[in-house]
Amino acid sequence: MRRTVFPHKLLPWLLLAPQLAITLIFFYWPAAQAFRQSVLREDPFGLSSTFVGLANFRKVLNDPAYLNAAQVTVVFSLLVAFFAMTIALFLAVQVEKIVRGKGFYRTLMIWPYAVAPAIAGMLWLFMFNPSFGTLAWPLRQLGIAWNPLLDGEQAMALVVAAATWKQISYNFLFFVAGLQAIPKSLLEAAAIDGASRRHAFWTIVFPLLTPTTFFLLVVNTVYALFDTFGIIHAVTSGGPGRSTETLVYKVYNDGFVNLIMGDSAAQSVILMVIVIALTAFQFRFIEKRVHYG
Amino acid sequence: MANIFLNDLRKNYAGQEVIHGITMTIADGEFVVIVGPSGCGKSTLLRMVAGLEGISAGTIEINDKVVNDLEPRQRDIAMVFQNYALYPHMSVRENMAYGLKIAKMPKAEIDQRVAKAAAMLELEPYLDRKPRALSGGQRQRVAMGRALVREPSAFLLDEPLSNLDAKLRVQMRLQIKDLHQTTGQTMLYVTHDQVEAMTLADRLIVMNKGVAEQIATPHEVYMTPASEFVAGFIGSPAMNIFTVQVEAGVAVLPGGHRLPLAGLPADREVRLGLRPEDMEIVGDDTPGIPVVLRSVEWLGADAFGYGMIEGSDVAITLRLPGSTAAARGQRLRVAPPEGRLHLFASDTGKRL
Ligand SMILES: Nc1ncnc2c1ncn2[C@@H]1O[C@H](COP(=O)(O)OP(=O)(O)OP(=O)(O)O)[C@@H](O)[C@H]1O
Ligand SMILES: [Mg+2]
Repeated sequence: MRRTVFPHKLLPWLLLAPQLAITLIFFYWPAAQAFRQSVLREDPFGLSSTFVGLANFRKVLNDPAYLNAAQVTVVFSLLVAFFAMTIALFLAVQVEKIVRGKGFYRTLMIWPYAVAPAIAGMLWLFMFNPSFGTLAWPLRQLGIAWNPLLDGEQAMALVVAAATWKQISYNFLFFVAGLQAIPKSLLEAAAIDGASRRHAFWTIVFPLLTPTTFFLLVVNTVYALFDTFGIIHAVTSGGPGRSTETLVYKVYNDGFVNLIMGDSAAQSVILMVIVIALTAFQFRFIEKRVHYG
Repeated sequence: MANIFLNDLRKNYAGQEVIHGITMTIADGEFVVIVGPSGCGKSTLLRMVAGLEGISAGTIEINDKVVNDLEPRQRDIAMVFQNYALYPHMSVRENMAYGLKIAKMPKAEIDQRVAKAAAMLELEPYLDRKPRALSGGQRQRVAMGRALVREPSAFLLDEPLSNLDAKLRVQMRLQIKDLHQTTGQTMLYVTHDQVEAMTLADRLIVMNKGVAEQIATPHEVYMTPASEFVAGFIGSPAMNIFTVQVEAGVAVLPGGHRLPLAGLPADREVRLGLRPEDMEIVGDDTPGIPVVLRSVEWLGADAFGYGMIEGSDVAITLRLPGSTAAARGQRLRVAPPEGRLHLFASDTGKRL
């Protein structure tokens, strides 16, 4: 490894300054604020606050609404990760079979990724809006009492669909790359060994994709946990009732809508712990990632 | 056990024909080597037999059954790939057992076959290792083992030794020869290495640009090459081939030297081929080819002299005895012994 030596002590710091400033202002400062507020309680008018230790945490963790949000988050994340990954893998495998126009299909597949979460949410909301959605009518014709504005499960299905749709592109790219990294001759060897395509997929391709799958599992979970705020906000705002209120959405709701700063901050801190744990977990496994060859 | 019959086999890639009609019969238990320069279609031919490439025209029969439309797994063949294509996530044992498990063979028999192949290939200590923990030669043997355990009707091998170093290649070559002798299985073997081709083959297919130039035993191919291409490709150093003008039983060589030879055709232009070892040094008063040496490589048992035909820019290679005193700049007069010349048509390259 080559070490670059700067002539001045100051220059490196100057070069790093913009990035450091952004990190400090937008990450460390709010994080510190969250920590501070999570141990304070404001009076009803927001004029003064008192130190209450871990009372906010205790309150949050004993709040049935919070436990509901945790449950919603787990269900939502698992569904999104599962569908986004299986659909993406299916599509990536199918694209491999296309002879003509492979590049065209791949490009099309990548587009949803460029759509902002809120826009993606609106898109799905419009398609499935019970009164004017293009796809709501056929659903009703099929005998489904379609109304995601009233039915919690349907609302969940809608946000899961929107969040999944947006994430498929990303997973697709990684799966395509993963599939391309598997030497063709392995599948030919399997074909000669007597394996059907399906058998070869489950015994050769899928195991060799494990590193990709594992990486995507972590990325998708993190995505579903934290990056889907825009979609939920646009489609259901956490409703109906609290049926699509995830942990992140509840932080926003309690803090910025209901202005209960202490609770909201405590929830943020809990989320921060979850992110740190997930990241540590991811790094450990990516370090150990199996390399075949 | 299988015989294989190729009938006017052709292959097109996007309208471009790369295999131009190959017909041959491979007898049960025969070791046939496909040899030729890079890009001549050796792998394509082998992969068509394996069922990995479609057949554009013609038929392939294995055991008297047309297999054109059969999947690879229905053809009862095994293949060894150049890069071995071992399943990286499986142990050596699992690699070898993979095909047998698919065939739903009882576990006891799988174990027994794997053990037998492992013993034959000296792979026993590595059975539980993953391929990445093996050396190149060991991987090569696992690839052989994976093909062996299936006891297929025919073995197809695509340059199985080309990733090994020279010493290991010789060792594995002998092992493959032994294997063929003990199992007696039909083998179709692709290589561009002519030593492998000559030593392993019962019969050779010499290919050039998608055409089988000659299908014959190594001896025939060497002694009576069917075309100028085969003559130049097989043999090391390569045969000397140059254009001569025949005038009343005398060959007029480059540089205007006249060489009376037996077996020349009627007056015309032909290509004359002389192997480096088929050149005897003769006295100055005997008809011969005057050669000016540019360099001499001494190899111990013999030496190779590289020179030019005097008065021309045609290069010529001579094999000289190891005791030679010939040196750079020296002038030698050489002539082929009776009957050791090869003549090819100057337009088609076919043997005359
Ligand atoms: N998928 C393909 N599409 C188009 N042309 C191909 C394809 N595969 C092979 N070819 C062409 O067919 C010809 C024969 O290829 P092949 O791989 O059989 O050569 P080879 O004799 O095995 O060469 P090498 O010794 O380098 O392996 C080559 O000219 C190659 O460019
Ligand atoms: Mg090849």
